[in-house]
Amino acid sequence: MNSRFQHWLGSGDPWIWINAGAVSFSLIMVFGLLGLIGAHGLGHFWPSEVVQFKLVEGQDEAFILGEVVDQELASAARLRSLGTKVPQGQEFVQRLLLKIGNRDVFGLDFKWINELVIEQTARPESVIVLEREEWGNFYGFATGIIEAEKQLSIAPEQVWTELSVRLERRHELQSQIKKIEKSEIGGINFQLERLRLRKRSLELKNALTANAGAEIEAREQQLQAEYETLNAELSRLYQEQARDVLLAKTVGGDEVRLPLAQLVRAYRPNQMSVGEKIAYYLAKLIEFVSTEPREANTEGGVFPAIFGTVMMVLIMSLFVAPFGVVAAIYLREYARQGPVTRTIRIAVNNLAGVPSVVYGVFGLGFFVYFLGGSIDRLFYAAALPAPTFGTPGMLWSSLTLAILTVPVVIVATEEGLARIPRAIRDGSLALGATKAETLWRIVLPMATPAMMTGLILAVARAAGEVAPLMMVGVVKLAPSLPLDGNAPFLHLDRKFMHLGFHIYDVGFQSPNVEAARPLVYATALLLIVIIVALNLAAIMIRNRLREKYSGGEG
Amino acid sequence: MVEQDEPNQESLTHGVDFDALRDGSEQPDTVADDSPPCLEVEGLNLHYDEKQALNDINLYVKEKAVTAFIGPSGCGKSTLLRCFNRMNDVLDNVTIAGQIRLHGQNIYDPAVSVASLRRRVGMVFQKPNPFPKSIYENVAYGLRIQGVKSRRQIDKSVEKALRGAALWEEVKDRVQDSALGLSGGQQQRLVIARAIAIEPQVLLLDEPASALDPISTLKIEELIYELKRDYTIVIVTHNMQQAARVSDYTAFMYMGDLIEFGETKQLFTTPTEKQTEDYITGRYG
Repeated sequence: MNSRFQHWLGSGDPWIWINAGAVSFSLIMVFGLLGLIGAHGLGHFWPSEVVQFKLVEGQDEAFILGEVVDQELASAARLRSLGTKVPQGQEFVQRLLLKIGNRDVFGLDFKWINELVIEQTARPESVIVLEREEWGNFYGFATGIIEAEKQLSIAPEQVWTELSVRLERRHELQSQIKKIEKSEIGGINFQLERLRLRKRSLELKNALTANAGAEIEAREQQLQAEYETLNAELSRLYQEQARDVLLAKTVGGDEVRLPLAQLVRAYRPNQMSVGEKIAYYLAKLIEFVSTEPREANTEGGVFPAIFGTVMMVLIMSLFVAPFGVVAAIYLREYARQGPVTRTIRIAVNNLAGVPSVVYGVFGLGFFVYFLGGSIDRLFYAAALPAPTFGTPGMLWSSLTLAILTVPVVIVATEEGLARIPRAIRDGSLALGATKAETLWRIVLPMATPAMMTGLILAVARAAGEVAPLMMVGVVKLAPSLPLDGNAPFLHLDRKFMHLGFHIYDVGFQSPNVEAARPLVYATALLLIVIIVALNLAAIMIRNRLREKYSGGEG
Repeated sequence: MVEQDEPNQESLTHGVDFDALRDGSEQPDTVADDSPPCLEVEGLNLHYDEKQALNDINLYVKEKAVTAFIGPSGCGKSTLLRCFNRMNDVLDNVTIAGQIRLHGQNIYDPAVSVASLRRRVGMVFQKPNPFPKSIYENVAYGLRIQGVKSRRQIDKSVEKALRGAALWEEVKDRVQDSALGLSGGQQQRLVIARAIAIEPQVLLLDEPASALDPISTLKIEELIYELKRDYTIVIVTHNMQQAARVSDYTAFMYMGDLIEFGETKQLFTTPTEKQTEDYITGRYG
C-alpha cells in the first residue's frame, strides 16, 4: 500500500491534480463572479408581478401592494425583540421585502413584512405600475383621466387605452422639449458665454473699442431674441404637456392626481404576456444604456457614464501609445545599454506598481493646479476667477491615467523590439538602409503586435481605475457630455461621469439603498462588458497585424 | 581529403564539372590577372574590445571573380568579410585600423556614407533572413530605400533580380505571397535577389549555403557561377570543396592571420605554406 502511494507520488500525478485544481478554481471564481453580477444586474429590468396582500387585523393598513424583491428567514427572537408577536415554538419567520413605491404617499418605497401578518395573497389584474420622473414608482389602480381640468367621462376599462394614447403624446412633446432645452437653448447659452468672455478679454487687453462693443452687444441682443422665441415655444410645449392628469388610487384607497408630464412609463405587470414582458425588458435595457440618470442616479440610464468611460480611455490611448512607444524605442534602439538604461528600466517597471491614488494626487497637484492654473492665466484670463482648465476635467483625467499606464506600454514595446532578430535588421542595413529607415520600415511594423499588447493592457487597467479619477475629473452627475454640437465640439475641460465611480456612487452614496442595489450590479456588469469590448477590439486589431507580420510575435 | 571527396562532389553537382568550367578557355568572364583589383585591403587590424581578431591583413579582390575565404571556425574570415560593407560598425566594441579601398577609395574614410557604401557592396547572410513581407516587397525593398517610386521600374527590377537569382520561374505566380512561405533554399535565393536588385558592385556571401540541404546548396553554387558574370563576389565558407568548386581565388586564414592567398587552383594543389596544406588535407580545422 505504502509503496503504491510512493509510486503515485513519484509519477507526478498529484502535481497535475494540483495544477488542474488551481485552474478549475480560477475558472469557478471568474464565472461565479460574472454569474452573480449578471443574475442580480439583469434580473432588475424584468417586470415582476405585483402582489396584493390582505393583512390580519391590528396592522397599520388593511392591504399592501408591491413587488416582492427579496426574502429571508429571520430569527423569531430578533423579531420579538423588535416587538412583533411570534407564536411560541417558532424559531424562524419568513420575511418578504416589498417594493411598495408611492414614496410621495408612504414616505418610503421598500417595506419588510413577515408572513405571519399576511392573511390573503392576490394578484389583481388591474394593477398599474407607473414609472415617474420623481418619487419613484407608483403602484395602484387607474380610475380616470382629467383633460384640461375636466374629467373625461369614460368607462373604467377604457382608462388604460386612453392613458397609453396620451402617454405617447406626452413622450412626443417631451422629446421636443428636450431638443429645445438641450441643443438649441444650450447652444445659445454657450454662445452668450463666449460673447461675454470675448468682451471680458477685450476689456483686459484695453482693446474694447466702441465699435467692437456695439458689435458684441448687437449679437447678444440677437441671441437674446432667439432665446425669447425658443422660450415662448418651450412654455407652450410645457403647457401642452401639463394638459392631462391621471386619476389613480392607492391600495389604501387614497386618491392621487398624477400629471402625465411626470410619467415615464405605465404598465400592467399582472396582465402582461411573456412577449410583452420581453419587449418591456428590452426597452428597459435600452433605456439603461442610452439615457441619462434620474433621481440621484437610482433611476434611468447610465449613458453619460458609458460615454465618459469610453472617451476617457480613448483619449488616454491617444496620449499613452505614441509616448510609450517613442520612449521604448529610445531605450531599446538608441540609448547605450549600461547602468543608466538599466536604472531607467527598473524605475519604469516600478512606476507600474505605484498605488493609483498616488497618481491621482500627482495629477491634481501638477496637472490641475499647476498646469491647468497656468493655462488659465495665459489663455483663459477672461473667464477668471472661474477656472477653465484649472479644475478637474476630462483632459487631466486622461493624462493622469496615461502616466499611470505608460510603464505597461514601454515594457511591452521594449520586449517586442528585443524579440526582432538581429539577422532581419542586418538584412535591411546591408541593403543600404540607415538605422532610421530600418526602424521605420522593418522593425516598427514587426513590433506593432507587441505595442498593441501594451495598449490592451493599458486600456484594461485604465478603464477599471477609479481612485485617481475622483481627484482629477470624475463627478456624480455631469450636466453635459464632453462631446456636443457646440464648436469646438470636444470639451476636454469638462468634468465627466465614469462607470466605475458610478458604481461607488450608486452603491454607497445613494439615499435609496434598496432601489440602488440592483443598479450597482447592472452597472458593474456593464463596466465589465465595456472593458471586454475595448479589449476585444484591440485584440482583433493586433491579430490582424500579427497575421500581416507573422515573423514578429507580439 | 579532396581526392577522397571527389565522388561525393560529382553527385552533388549532378555532373556539372566546375573544374573544367574554370579552365581559362571556357571561362571568358574571368578577368586577366593584371587588371586593377576591385577591393584592396591594406594593413587591416581589428579588435573586439582588447582582443585582436584580425592581424595586419593585406589582400586584394579581383573584379568579376569569386574570392573565397576559408579557415577553421573563429579564424576571422566572417569578420573580415563584414569589414567590406562596414557591418562591424553596428557593434559598439569594435575598433578598426588600416585601409580597405573600393576602386581606390578608402571605405573607412569619414567622408564615405555607410548607407551608400552598402548599396555598392551587398551582403547575403548565413541564415536566410527575408523580411516578413511579400516576395515582391522583399526584392523591392532596396529600391524603395533608394527612393525609386516608379511602379514600372520597380516591377522591371524585381523581375530582373528574381531571374538573376534563378527564382523567377518558381515564384512568378505568387510574388505577392509572403516570403516566409518559401523553402529555406528559395529564401536564400530570394535574399540574393534582394541584394542584386540594387545592382551592387560587390556581393559578399557569408556561408550562404551552410544552412541548406545539398540540392539547395548546388543551386546556390550554380547561381554564384552565373552571378560572377556581373558581380565581384567574396564568399566565406567552411566547406573546402565548395571553395574549390566555386572560387577563382582563395584566402586561407587562421587565428586572425592571413596565411596564404592565391589562385584557387594553385592554393589547393600546391600550397606554399605548411599550415595551408595541413588544413586542406584535413589535418586540423
